[in-house]
Formats: sequence, structure tokens, C-alpha cells
Amino acid sequence: MKAAEAMVKYLEQEGIKVVFGYPGAAVCPFYDYLSKSSIRHILVRHEQHAGHEANGYARITNKPAVCIATSGPGAINLITAIATAYADSVPMVIITGQVSSEQIGRDVFQEADVIGAAEPFVKHSFLVKDAQTLPETFKKAFYIAGTGRKGPVLIDVPIDVQESEIEYSYPELVSMRAYKPTSKGNSLQVKRVAAAIAEAKKPLICVGGGIISADACKELYALAEKADIPVVTTMMGKGAVSGYDKRCLGMIGMHGVSAANKAVTDCDLLILIGARVGDRAVRSPVFLAKTTKIIHIDIDPAEIGKNIPVDIPLVGDSKIILNQLLEVVEEKGHAEWNEHLNSLRKAPVFEAAGTGFINPKEFISKLSDAADENTIYVADVGQNQIWSSNFFKVKKGRFLTSGGMGTMGYSVPCAIGAKLASENSPVIAVCGDGAFQMSMMELATIKQHNIPIKIVVMSNKRLGMVRELQTKLYKDNQVAVSLEGSPDFIKLAQAYDIPAFRVTDDKSAQEAIDKLVRNDGEPLLVECMVSPIESTL
Amino acid sequence: MKRTISILVENHAGVLSRISGLFSRRGFNIDSLAVGVTDDPSISRITIVADGNEYTLEQLEKQLNKLIEVIKVKTLENDELLARELMLVKIVAPSEKRSEIATIVDIMGAKIIDLSLTTMTLEISNTSFHLARFEELIKPYGIIEMVRTGTIAIQKGADSISVKKQ
Repeated sequence: MKAAEAMVKYLEQEGIKVVFGYPGAAVCPFYDYLSKSSIRHILVRHEQHAGHEANGYARITNKPAVCIATSGPGAINLITAIATAYADSVPMVIITGQVSSEQIGRDVFQEADVIGAAEPFVKHSFLVKDAQTLPETFKKAFYIAGTGRKGPVLIDVPIDVQESEIEYSYPELVSMRAYKPTSKGNSLQVKRVAAAIAEAKKPLICVGGGIISADACKELYALAEKADIPVVTTMMGKGAVSGYDKRCLGMIGMHGVSAANKAVTDCDLLILIGARVGDRAVRSPVFLAKTTKIIHIDIDPAEIGKNIPVDIPLVGDSKIILNQLLEVVEEKGHAEWNEHLNSLRKAPVFEAAGTGFINPKEFISKLSDAADENTIYVADVGQNQIWSSNFFKVKKGRFLTSGGMGTMGYSVPCAIGAKLASENSPVIAVCGDGAFQMSMMELATIKQHNIPIKIVVMSNKRLGMVRELQTKLYKDNQVAVSLEGSPDFIKLAQAYDIPAFRVTDDKSAQEAIDKLVRNDGEPLLVECMVSPIESTL
Repeated sequence: MKRTISILVENHAGVLSRISGLFSRRGFNIDSLAVGVTDDPSISRITIVADGNEYTLEQLEKQLNKLIEVIKVKTLENDELLARELMLVKIVAPSEKRSEIATIVDIMGAKIIDLSLTTMTLEISNTSFHLARFEELIKPYGIIEMVRTGTIAIQKGADSISVKKQ
């Protein structure tokens, strides 16, 4: 069998139904057989978006998703997407074509050392020099990507390797002496955590993306219930507990809600689960009271103690650890503490926007209330990300965003991937007019493959977040933030035969929300006009 | 504080670049690095001497352990290790100076491994501290060329860093 055919079969063996990619000469043998398989290929309009689409798909299925590019520019166009997935621990297997083995190192046409270029952003990578190692390489790649702290794994396959003849086989299991991710928590540490919880008067749980990745949201809620502990989240942890739940105080951090930040300052026991204490979440340990005890539960031992000193470290899979904890933690009530925190909650007050504009915070808040409970909401990067994370509250669905890397242009392709992974869930992407112009070519992908996502473009004709920074820190010297010259997004969407309309006042805002929450199988673009002076505060 | 770190890795192409990349990316400074295959041909052993405080070294060990091809990482305590570094040095050695040089070579535990009409090539293997002293002693004769390996190290006594054979 041709190795290229075997490669396609390995993907089928791994249960891959959809792949995202862009062909080119060096990956043509693989594409030749891909067309004869059960796998659906989504042709993107730029390789970076193939990566983000696989990212969205993987975050919904919680299994490694696949994207493909050719050698040279194709492969290196994927790097931003690989780095985005790496920063958010998203499981992906990236397959790139490479120039012929004997040509490697001669700077031939479309040759790039993608293994070297992507090295800082991959969990692992393989350059396949011998076709006989392909079965093991693919098995290892999926295993590494989808276990432990998940992440992207790159497989670079020279064209002559794809064309060589091999016997078909695919290992059931793979074992690597140097890769044995910890799963169960050390039982002594588990007991120490339980004791600390029993002692605490003002405990607080802070969850990050790791809890969602470990599929441990139910266990988390059970623990919060049993020991009566309120929950705050990082941006990546949004949705681990419903934003409408009484136990959830919302998002912490530089852009978080004040009640959640106050809870972190006031608590006497902080239980971090699957959160890496990023600089945007907890600015400095000084932020915490000196007497606050810190428990850090994470699958990656390198995250524990990296950004914050910890009293009780606990390494392992948070689902398993939470189950261990549920067995030993005693039922307890913290009425006074919960009451105190509830008193800190503030109902938002929305200021009226000027003529011709809407208030984006109010819009997102109303959209949140109206949205179906299973909605997958994808926020881009910029002011829209802060508005979204503050005012969109997840019910039973998901909140996806590029939390670690902060990659602009993420929302539209991520939403495409998420929709394909969960066809029955309504998917809404919200971005600014800056980010939209980094991925608007994907409107063609949406049209070609009939992917009914809803897109909201918050249009202020500015790079709003940078403008806000310049206003605050650079004496309002607004440099290179005007988006003059942008197209009419309504006409643009119409050019792709995608329905679109513009929102300029409360009445049209309500119409837009009604249409956005409809799961009618139609794509839609809504442009919301936002005042250029609107801020994240 | 200088620390010696022993790393057992899969003997694959590209492993060294992943490890040295990790050091530079995370801002860890390497003083010296030596690599070679072990008695098990599938495993290479890397010895790195690095400078850093306890926090840096702990992070370094954890980050190294995250690399898929790293089998084992151990920081060797300075008083528990035997360390060696090899130096080859070519110096100016006219005939009238040769016996004087030979005395230094003898006392310092070095070897003369090559001669020419005007030069001598010396070899010495010892700790990096001892090599530095030797360098001081031969410098006055005129060093033409000098090359040093990185430090390699092993634990004293019966303790070892090894992996079960596959």
C-alpha cells in the first residue's frame, strides 16, 4: 500500500471525520487518497484558519483534531495557529507535506524547516524519514496530543515518504518510556487538601481551562456543592460553571469582574484547578493576602509554583483528583462567606450609546440572556473579548477564545470548527472590525461548505483595544489604529451570498439578537456600530 | 550557583536542538554542554552546567521533563559528583623550554600528545577548576590554540542514573 493511503487510514482509525486544510504539491499524494476516504475535507482560504478551525473542532470534541498544509509557506502559515493551540493546551495533530528527503537542506522550492520553526510551540513533532515508522508515528502523535496536558503535535512527511510502499498496520497502543503523564493524585496530598478545605472559613475555587479539558465540570460542581465553596474562573475557565449559577462569581483578573477579584483578595483558601495563574489572571501574588493558603491542582507539574508560590501542590488529572477529593471532603456550610460575596455582586448599568451606535456591553448581555442554553460563543481578541467575557454568561454551552496567545482573527475560523463538531449547537462568533479583516476570507469557506455560523462584527472603525491603551498610557496619541478604508461589511457578506445587516440602534439590536439566536441552519453576519470612544471599563 | 544537570534522552536526531532551544527560550544560561551515547545505544546522556537559583533550576528540571524524548533529569549535588572536562592545548615550545613544560605537565597530571619543531600539544582531563589552573601555568609560554569539551559528570559511590533496559 502507498504510505499516503496508509496515512489516510490511520486518521480513519483514530475516528477522524473532518479535517481542515489547504493542498499543495508536497502533500498531493496524501490528498489523492483523502478524496477516496470517508473523511470530509474543509478547504480553507488560508492555512492559519485551517489551524484555528481544527482548534475549534478539538475544543468541542475534546479530542485531537487534524489540519493539513503543504511544505514551505503552507506549513509556516500554520505556525500562528499552532502557537495559539499550544498556549491554550488544545489537542491537534498537524500534518504537513515536505519536499523530497534527498532535497532537504538544499533550499529547494517551497522548502522550510517547519519542525525547527514550530519547535517552541508544539508539544512534540516528528519528521518522518522512513515510511516504516509512519504507523507508530501517527499513533504516538494522537496519543501525545490528547493525553496529559493536551497540545499540538506536528508530523512533517516528505513527499517521497508519502509515495513509498509499506505494509498496512496500525498499533492499538503505544508506549513511550519517556512519556508517562500522571493521572491520579498523590493520596497523601489529596488528604492534605481535604484537611485544608475542612479548616478554611473562606474557601474559594478558581478554575481555568484545564477543568474543561479534563471534562471535570460535573465533579467540580459536586465539590463546590458538598463543601459549599464559591467559584471564580479565569477567561479560559469560563463556562466550567454556568455564569447564571449562584455559585459562580464570574471571571477574575485584569479584565475580570470586581466581585470575583474581591473574592480572591478576601479568601483564606484559594484552590486553583487547571489554571496556570497567567499574568492577566493574577497579576502578582502580592494581590493575595499573606495568610491565604494556596492549593494548586494541575496536570502539568511545571505549572505548579511557576507563577505563584503554592502551599499544597497536587499533580494529576483534575477529573480523577476531584473524584478522589469528593470521597474525603466533608460536607460543610459557609453561609456567611457566601453572603458576603453575594453582597459584592453588582448588576451592570448600561449607559446609552450615542446616536447611530449601540452599547456593545448591553448588546452582549441581552444576547447572553436570549441565547439557547447550548450556544457555543466564540470571542475574538480586543475590546470585544473583554466585553464578551464580562457580559456573556455561559449556560450549558461553551465560551471559546484565544486566551493565552490572544490571536486576532481567531473567532470566525474557530466558530467554523466548533459548528462542524457540534452541528446541533448554535454557534456565534463575536469579533471587532480589526480581527474580522484578519479572517474574513473564511466567508468563502462558510459558503462553500454550508456552515451556518452567526457572526457579529463590533465595528468602531478602530483597533479599539490599542486605541484605549494609547488614550490611557500614551496621552491619547492615536497611532495606526484607524481602520479607514475598510469595506462595507454588509456588501461584502452579500458578495459571498451570506445574509447580513447593520445594527445602529436599540430597535435593530433587538432584531439582530432575535435572528442571532435562531438555530435555522443559515449563516448570518451582523455588524454592530460601536462608538470609537467606547471602552472596556 | 553553578549546578550540574544530567539528562538521559532518547538517542534521536533533533533532541539536542530541542534541549538547547528550551534553555535559550526560557532564559536559562548554559555554561557548558556535553553529549554522548550511553552503554544503551538508544539512550544519550547530556551533561549541562548551568547557573541559576533554586527556583530557576526547579523550573528547568520540570520543563526538561516535559520534553517527550527526555527520559530522566537529575541535578547532581556539587559534593556528590565526579566531574571531568577534557582540554587539548597547543603551545609555543622551543627546545630550551621543553623540559620545563614537561615538569608542569607531570605535576598537573597532563600528557604531551604531540610535538613539532616549535610547538607542543598537551592533553589534560580534570575538573574545570583544575583545567583553569593548568591554563594559568602554561599561558606564559604562549597558547597557540586551545579546545575544551563540556563537563561530564557521574555520581560518587554506588548511586547511578539509569533506565531499565527495554
